[in-house]
Amino acid sequence: MNTASHTLDPHGAHAHHPTGILRWLTTTNHKDIGTMYLTFSLLMFFVGGAMILAVRAELFQPGLQLMKPEFFNQLIGVHALVMIFAALMPAATGFANWMIPLMIGAPDMALPRLNNWGFWLLPPAAILLTLPFVLAIFGIGDGAVATGWTLYAPLSVQGGIGVDFAIFSIHILGVSSIMGSINIIATILNMRAPGMTLMKMPLFCWGWLVTAVLLIITLPVLAGGVTMLLTDRHFQTHFFDAAGGGDPILFQHLFWFFGHPEVYILLLPVWGLMPHVLSTFTRKPIYGHTAQVWSFIAIGVLGLVVWAHHFLTAGLPVPALLYFMYSTMSISLPLAVLFFCWIATMWKGAMTFETPMLFALGFIVLFGIAGLTGLVLADVAADAQYHHSYFVVAHFHYALFAGGIMGVMTGVYYWLPKWTGHMYSEKLGKTHFWLTVVSFNLTFMPQFFLGLAGMPRRIPDYALQFAEFNAISTVGAFILGLSQLIFAYNVWACVKGGKKATAEVWESTSGLEWELSSPPPYHSWETQPVIKAN
Amino acid sequence: MNASHATTAAATPHATHYYVPQPSLYPIFLSGGMFLLALGFILLMNKFAPGPWVMSTGAAVIIYVLFKWFGAVIAENQRGDYTDWEDQSFRQGMVWFIGSEVMFFAAFFAALFYCRTISVPALAGMDPLFTLYQGYTGGWPTSGPKGASFTPMGAWGIPAINTALLLTSGVTLTWAHWGLMKGKRSQLNLGLILTVLLGVTFLGFQAYEYHHAYTELGLTMGAGVYGATFFMLTGFHGFHVTLGAIMLAVVAGRSLSGHFDAKRHFAFEAVAWYWHFVDVVWLLLFVVIYWL
Repeated sequence: MNTASHTLDPHGAHAHHPTGILRWLTTTNHKDIGTMYLTFSLLMFFVGGAMILAVRAELFQPGLQLMKPEFFNQLIGVHALVMIFAALMPAATGFANWMIPLMIGAPDMALPRLNNWGFWLLPPAAILLTLPFVLAIFGIGDGAVATGWTLYAPLSVQGGIGVDFAIFSIHILGVSSIMGSINIIATILNMRAPGMTLMKMPLFCWGWLVTAVLLIITLPVLAGGVTMLLTDRHFQTHFFDAAGGGDPILFQHLFWFFGHPEVYILLLPVWGLMPHVLSTFTRKPIYGHTAQVWSFIAIGVLGLVVWAHHFLTAGLPVPALLYFMYSTMSISLPLAVLFFCWIATMWKGAMTFETPMLFALGFIVLFGIAGLTGLVLADVAADAQYHHSYFVVAHFHYALFAGGIMGVMTGVYYWLPKWTGHMYSEKLGKTHFWLTVVSFNLTFMPQFFLGLAGMPRRIPDYALQFAEFNAISTVGAFILGLSQLIFAYNVWACVKGGKKATAEVWESTSGLEWELSSPPPYHSWETQPVIKAN
Repeated sequence: MNASHATTAAATPHATHYYVPQPSLYPIFLSGGMFLLALGFILLMNKFAPGPWVMSTGAAVIIYVLFKWFGAVIAENQRGDYTDWEDQSFRQGMVWFIGSEVMFFAAFFAALFYCRTISVPALAGMDPLFTLYQGYTGGWPTSGPKGASFTPMGAWGIPAINTALLLTSGVTLTWAHWGLMKGKRSQLNLGLILTVLLGVTFLGFQAYEYHHAYTELGLTMGAGVYGATFFMLTGFHGFHVTLGAIMLAVVAGRSLSGHFDAKRHFAFEAVAWYWHFVDVVWLLLFVVIYWL
């Protein structure tokens, strides 16, 4: 099936490529860049994970055991920023880089040098974010940003040098994501194989198209918000200061105008890949392609106009509360369409349970819990009790770990043989899945009850009544964290060797990406395939 | 496998070869420069001695890399590496980039509208028994309940002249575009040079206006939300005019050395879109900052 590797290349792209480290520093190849994104993501996943294990260790018992509250505050905020910006988003961008050109029959991404820049902005941003930890050891400054990842004013206006580092880290991450998004949109709109209309385009690409548009709309607003924070801190402005006519709640608006769509930015690529996986392992075509496309678009549009449900208790006027409650709840309609399509794709299928399928099923069940608890939180009357409690922490970890991270793992297991040319170990994969899904629930299910009982989030100490559930949660978190080492080993072993993968990899696949060899040639579709009109 | 598509090459509606540039060190150096710029700025703001040095090193690296990188793109273009297909990617890229810029300005406009219509009236409307700010009556412009007094910037002096300058520059740029399309090179060159000059004059007036605001009106960054939104909006706009003028100057230089023809002139158009975007932002600024 490999027809793509022998067209003429007048620029001799095969001739002289740097090798060793220079290959990775200078590459303009979408697969190399995708690999770098995914590797960086895995690395930062463990960095962010180590931070939160320290937090869970502190929370194992009531009282202060291991660290000062200031350091605890730094760990939780940087954990969130690392996991969101340096683990999940780069993983999804890595998928996009690897898979979109393969799926749409493109020779590469539309803007290859820009692509390289998008990746290489990430390490400097990660260094800026974590450098204050190191500086504090040498007596410079008072550590990393300690406001939580939301950087709420006025706390962030008063905070130490760590806030400045976080602001510029966010600026650079923002530039990276905007460049990545521009590239993905240009690729999708300009590089599709002849005959591949937008409505025929694979759902993964659709998920990313909506994601990229959301990023371009919302990230500049976050950049503006943190810029105002910077000028409030150092240049005498009063954006978030009532004495000058400003308002701290203005920051919450600006932050969540980005922050809420960000949830869909993290999840849309996963929702896009889910139907491919379900279709492969049920040996049935995807159910409701068009309905899913329109659901993505509807969720993207609605996601832009519901942000204030993140601060329903901040003192908004009642009409605003009602609007944000109902608009938030309305998102469950297109989301229900997606759930329905996933289940209908599996309906009466010839199912097998390879690791990606297990993760996909785990995703559907656990992400469903995230959706339902989200409805509870959107309810203005109920939210007054749940706001800023561990209920919220549990809710968004069901959304972002079970939804985001487990979705990414689905994709990694699904595509790893395509990328490396080897099969990973199913035995280790399944062990990883079961350990992950059990320990995940062990970690986060108790937190729902802690939240309902009134335990506030972001506090290093707690009342005695919360001790048992916190101890269980900590045990779960350590099992969860250590199980991910199996994942890292499995990926590593698969890169190094293993059973050869065929071009199709799985028994029943559909799409251009499965027509190229595994691994695909260095330049994917130098001659574009043509999609027939039927 | 789904057999709805064939992988054999067939007649395609556009070019069959897409230009993928050679491996390049520019991006990672640009990232390094940005890292140093940010780090230096943080150190500077927090009064650490190496700040200015780190920052200027970063800025120098950025300027050098941009010079080389854009130079490489121009050289590739002149060499004929790009077809309509690549051209289309660049256009998409520029359109969405300007879209992100629109949203950046939207954040600051949103802050302005929020303060004018929500936070300032709310502060003025609090129960006199409970407010910290008794006697504050709100209104606009304001430096807030505890701000120092200042004189707001009038609309019909320099700002009106600046509006006329920018609108005229839009016209001269379009006139240059007509020249390009009709092959009238002198009209193209003259139009571009006039546009740059108008942009620079605008910036000169704005610098004078800032000086006037700080020294005579008491209007500073610290003058409450009015001062904050005034300087951040007009300041970021001025920064964009500066970038636009630099880009226009580059395009003018290229035009003088014979680059661009009626069919291939992406750089010219991209800069023109950018300039018109900056123009529209100014019109909004003129209305909501200076006038109303």
